[in-house]
Amino acid sequence: MSIQEIQNEIVEEFSLFDDWMQRYEYMIELGKSLPLIEDQYKIDENIIKGCQSRVWVHAKLENDKVVFTADSDAIITKGIIAILIRVFSHQHPRDILDANTDFIDEIGLKEHLSPTRANGLVSMIKQLKMYAIAYQTQLK
Amino acid sequence: MGLNIEKIRADFPILNRKVNGQALAYFDNAATSQTPRQVIDSIVHYYESINANIHRGVHALSQEATDAYEAAREKVRKHFNALQSHEIIFTSGTTHSINLVASGFASLLQKGDEIIVSALEHHSNIVPWQMLCEKTGAVLKVIPMTLSGELDMEKYTQLLSSKTKVVFVNHVSNALGTINPIESIIAQAHKIGAAVLIDGAQAAPHIKADLQALDVDFYTVSAHKICGPTGVGILYGKEEWLQKLPPYQGGGEMIAEVTFEKTTYADLPHKFEAGTPNICGGIAFGTALDYMNQIGFDEIAAYENELLTYATTKLIEIDGLKIYGESAQKTAVISFNVGNIHPYDIGTLLDKMGIAVRTGHHCAQPIMDFYQIPGTIRASFSFYNTFEEIDRLVEGVKKAVMMLS
Repeated sequence: MSIQEIQNEIVEEFSLFDDWMQRYEYMIELGKSLPLIEDQYKIDENIIKGCQSRVWVHAKLENDKVVFTADSDAIITKGIIAILIRVFSHQHPRDILDANTDFIDEIGLKEHLSPTRANGLVSMIKQLKMYAIAYQTQLK
Repeated sequence: MGLNIEKIRADFPILNRKVNGQALAYFDNAATSQTPRQVIDSIVHYYESINANIHRGVHALSQEATDAYEAAREKVRKHFNALQSHEIIFTSGTTHSINLVASGFASLLQKGDEIIVSALEHHSNIVPWQMLCEKTGAVLKVIPMTLSGELDMEKYTQLLSSKTKVVFVNHVSNALGTINPIESIIAQAHKIGAAVLIDGAQAAPHIKADLQALDVDFYTVSAHKICGPTGVGILYGKEEWLQKLPPYQGGGEMIAEVTFEKTTYADLPHKFEAGTPNICGGIAFGTALDYMNQIGFDEIAAYENELLTYATTKLIEIDGLKIYGESAQKTAVISFNVGNIHPYDIGTLLDKMGIAVRTGHHCAQPIMDFYQIPGTIRASFSFYNTFEEIDRLVEGVKKAVMMLS
């Protein structure tokens, strides 16, 4: 599926909920399906700065697609990174770089998009795109 | 006599607002207190009626603004019972005040001198002294803390020596709420001739410090923690110490005479108030003190203690909830975690319920390292909080824990 298709799918899933509690419960649920980072990569260098909780992200290139794994010590943060990884993992670096993240707003997590928000959603997106830039350069 | 909470709450417009569709329950008072109408009015009045630069104008507005600013300084002096109003330096807040003193001591310290700080400090109380040590070759010593979140006073006594030149401790810990035994800290330091700086940022909203009785050398306060505006605070210094310290910043206002060969500095307090100060902020700070005093600090402390006891009793009923900082002497602050749940998770869900708490390390990483936790949830109470709001907090935490378990 393309990034856009996955985003649409997520927006549709979240549209089933009519209050914040259900949305957060679902997000917590999604966190449980996060492709977990291997222990050897769970190191300080892979921590995303700007998050109040710790978030580790690792990326590798497989058949010209970027594959992300991650973990966090906070449950909600884990849910957020799980959503991002579901959108961006197994995609071509070029597509990751081109993608916008408006869907975050649509699924009712707009407040997390503020750059000053302590959970660092913006830092997470930036980090995922940084990996994409690095791999894009490699592919050229 | 008890407080009329309903009447008090009516003074705070922000308490009426909704957050995430819910009535706001504000428990982040240790970070910033809310602002009563009286203080907001004084800010508006300043800009509508007397806005002008102070201390040098010949015109009426400048004179009125100067009078109001100096009257505020006098209010601060009186509130904290300082001996002289020129011992009150207006600053941008506690961080500025501490940096002013720490940087001044650079010219007074020698290699091998010792500075004592406490393990309960805010980063703003650690970093300026580390920088000072780097500059002078002085050595930083730390008073350790105990599991209950109190200072180990025996160790403090042992740390003091003829090498000790400055002792720096906060009056109340921002992360845990512990009220430190500053009387004893000051007395012991003075016996060996060391200067003592007490950071009163967290104490000021709850405790009216008597600076002369404490005999403290320096004391700092931020207005925004005590119902005043942000960006203004004070440094109190005994005259003899303020005379010894060199000016912190150069600029207008702080000079007596300037030639290209030599500048002579102005008298206190202007020596430390270079440039145009936060005039409006200083005046509004005075109004905030008036407001708090009208309610009465004894009454405020008594009510906040009731809130603290009530919240503590209710919160510890929650399975797995652990409170950090269990000193018998503490202000209305509860720092806690539930099981292994990350404080950020609970804080985020509380926010969705309209409940404002602080989560994280509270700029006091050494304390969190001591307890080996990433941070805590901190609920800090003020005299405008209610028992009903605490019930909401307790229910909110329960709900969050349920969602996260």
